[in-house]
Amino acid sequence: MEFKEIESTLTPGNYYFSGNEAVAEGAIAVGCRFYSGYPITPSTEIMQRISVRFDDVDGVFVQMEDEIASICSVIGASWAGAKAMTATSGPGFSLMQEAIGYAAFTETPLVIVDIQRAGPSTGQATRVASGDIMQAQWGSHGDYQIIALSPWSVQEMYDQTIECFNLAEQYRVPVFLMGEQAIGHLRERMDVDPTLKVFDRVKKPGALPFGTDEDDGVPPMPAFGEGEDLLVTGSTHTGSGFRNTDSATAHSKLVRRINNKIMNNREKIIQTDQYYLDDAETVIVCYGFTARSSLFAVDHLRKEGKRIGLLRLKTLWPFPDQLIRQVGAVAKKILVPEMNMGQIVGEVMKYADCEVIPYNQTNGEIIHPDKIIEELRNII
Amino acid sequence: MTIKELGKYLRRDIKDMPFCPGCGHLVLLNIVLQAIDEMKLNIDEMLFTSGIGCAAWIPSPNFKADTLHTLHGRAIAFAIGAKMFNPKLKTVVISGDGDLSSIGGNHLIHAARRDIDMTVICANNMIYGMTGGQVASTSPTGAYTATTMKGNTERPFDLPRLVLGAGAGYAARYAVTQKDLLVDAIKKAFSIKGFSFIEALSPCPTQFGRRNNYDSAAKMFKMLKRRCITQEDARNLSEDELKDKIVTGEFSYGRC
Repeated sequence: MEFKEIESTLTPGNYYFSGNEAVAEGAIAVGCRFYSGYPITPSTEIMQRISVRFDDVDGVFVQMEDEIASICSVIGASWAGAKAMTATSGPGFSLMQEAIGYAAFTETPLVIVDIQRAGPSTGQATRVASGDIMQAQWGSHGDYQIIALSPWSVQEMYDQTIECFNLAEQYRVPVFLMGEQAIGHLRERMDVDPTLKVFDRVKKPGALPFGTDEDDGVPPMPAFGEGEDLLVTGSTHTGSGFRNTDSATAHSKLVRRINNKIMNNREKIIQTDQYYLDDAETVIVCYGFTARSSLFAVDHLRKEGKRIGLLRLKTLWPFPDQLIRQVGAVAKKILVPEMNMGQIVGEVMKYADCEVIPYNQTNGEIIHPDKIIEELRNII
Repeated sequence: MTIKELGKYLRRDIKDMPFCPGCGHLVLLNIVLQAIDEMKLNIDEMLFTSGIGCAAWIPSPNFKADTLHTLHGRAIAFAIGAKMFNPKLKTVVISGDGDLSSIGGNHLIHAARRDIDMTVICANNMIYGMTGGQVASTSPTGAYTATTMKGNTERPFDLPRLVLGAGAGYAARYAVTQKDLLVDAIKKAFSIKGFSFIEALSPCPTQFGRRNNYDSAAKMFKMLKRRCITQEDARNLSEDELKDKIVTGEFSYGRC
């Protein structure tokens, strides 16, 4: 697997972007040249900036009739050879779920940005939440794996968008950037480096597009129009793409491989940030915007000599099970603050052999650092 | 064309066809390939996209081309992505009536409105065949189906008028029993730059026929032959005489 280094499309230096603008720029930098979407608050600025900026890079932009058409045309474009993406929020993400399963099963690289808002249903369209975390992993029917990242700053909206495309191309899998309204609309300083590392999908003319020798391997991916007579289907298929809907072996082999190619590589995929874990008795496990409040709270209590640490999940899926086991073996208590009714906390409980305490807020507002400080004082 | 002549357009590993005895889709498969052959198109440079249902199996996996077998109703949306990113792909959607006009109706009218350069061929058997013969948005009023045992109380879509209303530049309707006319219409659709639409009436003796007094392929083909008339013939008929007829032809009214 080889990365290449390319020059940044933006002039290197400091920018004062909103998170959504940073996503658009990250996508353009990494080589995304197909975008299709449908307007939805609070993600729309991504589409608007792409629609303007694609003129500069000869990208193909189309505003489709709904989110279903958006994700389906992204899949079609990916098979035509494009690095392709869409962005949406909860209601649109729900509409896309069937096609996400198709993309996972046909091993189609693509990126979906979900700027989460307060749900369920229409909820509070302009307010923040992280309510789509389990949906990202389990939203479509059947067994499959995806990759989901969780940015906490405008800088990471840029960097992780690049990372999302690189992971999608490397593993031939849909990758989600699970942003939140608060990050999408936040403006803060970010830096653009002169160069960035880029991974482009592997091509091997004549090779089977859906089969490898290894049961956790990633097959090479040709494109339409290359004379390969590609056969792509969402039905269970053989290595060459032929429908095979009655063989138990064919189904088991394919489903296991698309799961294993992510799960067996998860130590390479997973990224975290760790603060004060060496001597921490109480550890906050957090992600997204909530990690900003959490780090403020931890820094504050460290000054009082409290032995508190913080583990920030930059990768939500695949879930860092081994790391949580290790943290849980040392810490006495783990606090999991989330802008939902408790989603990642269930995963932490699965793997941590210590007391795990949820802290849930679902009122359309970010969790204020004072609330986390107060909760920490209660439990330590 | 003979099976042998068709062979060069089919994948080498194709051993048999999935269609029921008497199904019109195999005839339509032949007709599409004949149009490609007569136009001397290079099938290797074509992309065939289909949805879910019996008709979606006409191109996939049979055609020796790029074939994209997608989700129910979404074939056009997938095709738009591929076509817009690589305009060199000669893009054809072949799918069923339920797939394209019911669950996928929104994508159909928007593709026509956008005038996307592609041909959509709708194999209309007037019923949901693969799932066991339920009523469709194209089933005639009064038709007996698995979910309208007392007869269909709704009206069917007039598909060419639907897409013309949405802005399609070319729309034609013929039955697979009108082979030469259908081949010519498909050739015309393929040669048009922009959105073109073909409704190909394709008999389903297994699900439609047996519930509606056409319990053999022969009876269904005869029925289509009797009912399908040209627009010229239709002009001389009274409204009462027209009730039982299906008016076929090219419906190129220009932009509506």
